[in-house]
Amino acid sequence: MSEEIVLYHGNGGEGTKKLINEILNNLDNDILRELGDSAILNLKDKLAFTTDSYVIFPQFFNGGDIGKLSIYGTVNDLSVCGAKPIFLSLSFIIEEGFLFEDFKKILLSIKEASNECDVKIVTGDTKVVEKGKGDKIFINTSGIGIIENENRNLTKRKVEKGDLIIINGGIGEHGVVVMLERLGIKVDEKIKSDLAPLNKLILPLLDNFNGVKFLRDPTRGGVATVLNEVSKKFNFEIEIWEDELPIKSWVKEASNILGIDPLYIANEGKVIIIASKDQGEDILKFLKSNSLGKESKIIGEVKNEGNRVFLKTEIGTRRIVDTLKKDILPRIC
Amino acid sequence: MMIKEKVEELANLIKKISKKDLNLMEFCGTHTHEIFRYGIRQLLPNNIHLLSGPGCPVCVTSQKDIDYLITLVENEDFGVITFGDLVNVPGSKGSLNKLRLKGKEVRVVYSPLESIKIAKENKNKKYILVGIGFETTAPNIAYTILKTKEEKIKNLFFLSFHKLTPPAMKAILDMGEIRVDGIIGPGHVSTIIGRKGWQGVFNEYKIPFVIMGFKPIEIMYGLYKLIELLEKNEKKLLNAYDISVSEEGNKKALELLNQVFIIKDAEWRGLGLLKNSGLKINDKYKDLDIESYYNLKIESKEIPGCKCGEVLRGILKPPECPLFGKACTPDNPVGPCMVSQEGACSAYYLYGSENE
Repeated sequence: MSEEIVLYHGNGGEGTKKLINEILNNLDNDILRELGDSAILNLKDKLAFTTDSYVIFPQFFNGGDIGKLSIYGTVNDLSVCGAKPIFLSLSFIIEEGFLFEDFKKILLSIKEASNECDVKIVTGDTKVVEKGKGDKIFINTSGIGIIENENRNLTKRKVEKGDLIIINGGIGEHGVVVMLERLGIKVDEKIKSDLAPLNKLILPLLDNFNGVKFLRDPTRGGVATVLNEVSKKFNFEIEIWEDELPIKSWVKEASNILGIDPLYIANEGKVIIIASKDQGEDILKFLKSNSLGKESKIIGEVKNEGNRVFLKTEIGTRRIVDTLKKDILPRIC
Repeated sequence: MMIKEKVEELANLIKKISKKDLNLMEFCGTHTHEIFRYGIRQLLPNNIHLLSGPGCPVCVTSQKDIDYLITLVENEDFGVITFGDLVNVPGSKGSLNKLRLKGKEVRVVYSPLESIKIAKENKNKKYILVGIGFETTAPNIAYTILKTKEEKIKNLFFLSFHKLTPPAMKAILDMGEIRVDGIIGPGHVSTIIGRKGWQGVFNEYKIPFVIMGFKPIEIMYGLYKLIELLEKNEKKLLNAYDISVSEEGNKKALELLNQVFIIKDAEWRGLGLLKNSGLKINDKYKDLDIESYYNLKIESKEIPGCKCGEVLRGILKPPECPLFGKACTPDNPVGPCMVSQEGACSAYYLYGSENE
């Protein structure tokens, strides 16, 4: 029978050492290797600091797993603030009985993801809880990034009437895949989460275009929730156009059956960009030339003062797109 | 031609022929939802009024039935398996979701067949699958009941809140509280019972009746046909959704219903006790029917202030309810019409003001 992680692995002694060694085997670097109580870091510049916990169920899904998600998710939170991700912390809460083999798979996945994003895991923790007190594995990562120049500093930019709303591709893919997997519906290769790191798309975008006003990754709550936040934050009405929304047919079909609206479904490799009208087309061209932006679209615009989001439907009518009012699905990320 | 242009063309045709002030009632929750989601009302002249009827299955389930289920789960050792919206419907003493927070097992499934899997995987636990819905969903539950019997599963029981649509339509028309000039025939129900399934109601009331699909184009086309009938004073029962609805309906599904259910009187929220309007599990499958084991005396009170009943009868628009948008919102619903995606209150609230 395959080896399981048990309370012994959380004892702080020999058992824990086994887990730590497994982590070091995958994620070794000069800072982590010290295994000090804190990582000592050398940084100047303006910093961005973020944290996120990952409790997704199932832990492995088409297009990714909780390990990749825990790296990309935090990398993306830094990237949309214009920060280049540098250091990450990594903590596990593992429920007794979780397979060692699956833990290794997750570590390998974390290794690949952090290499891809050029980030170092510099500190971390492992805890094991009794059976029934958790659900397999939870991961927390915190991240530090640096804002290398003023071009990447978005804090003082203001959204205005006429600005365009852009997204770098298909809406709702991550959430739909997770839902289908939970229902035990077998999906083919095409149907997968959009999980992806956005740093290599966003940072060059900011370097090239000073017309980018606002960035956010539409994860939980989806595109509708982000746009509502923007509308309320800057006090402008936003209109999006149903005809222009990039929604793949399988997302449409599945969400129809599941009774949910793709606009509210979580994404994990998407960014909403609000940019000045005069740079809109060039930004679109730029995004499309990147592998993470091939299906980019201008999906709407900032209208008059107000605090609501509207959808111009495919038949030319208009309706409100409210903030999410129901819990559609817990533990999506 | 693009969808938009086709819809515009139909909207123009409607404007051209529409002279009378007309009340058209939809008897399907999906129509209510889609009409709002697509902003169909914005395309119609002011003299066309769309009314939402009792077409949302969760909404029309009586308070007594909801309380029966909640009391049962609270006092007996059962896990509940059900479909999404029911979990949040408030009973007199809280919802299933509240019971879940207290540690009761409440599972939401998309297919009733999942209940068989759950029961097999948890042999030491007893489960109730709650069947809710009209002619559309009842065949799936019937099939699950057959399978449960066939596979001799001993820990899965059924509670049928299933209802039939034609009696509710009859009830609204008999009450006469509101003038209904034309009927937007429910596409999904008609797929099961066929055009023929409505012949009885039509013969009795002679109100123009058009069965419609759910895409914007199908709704607009159906409305055009219905308004045309009314303008020409033609009393007809038309099928404008023949891609899905046949004359006879789905024979296999109807057979399943006959095999497992028996038609009985049923209590509806807003409409009261309606003769021959409910589907209960028949004697052959009595051992799987939870109601044959628990004959609970339920004293239910309607929720104070909630106007779901009036909304379901079409005599009140959701914003006219004093609780709407204040005490009653989708994240904190007082009545079922705000809970269910197919409920009129939820549709008004979510897609709101542009459509009023």
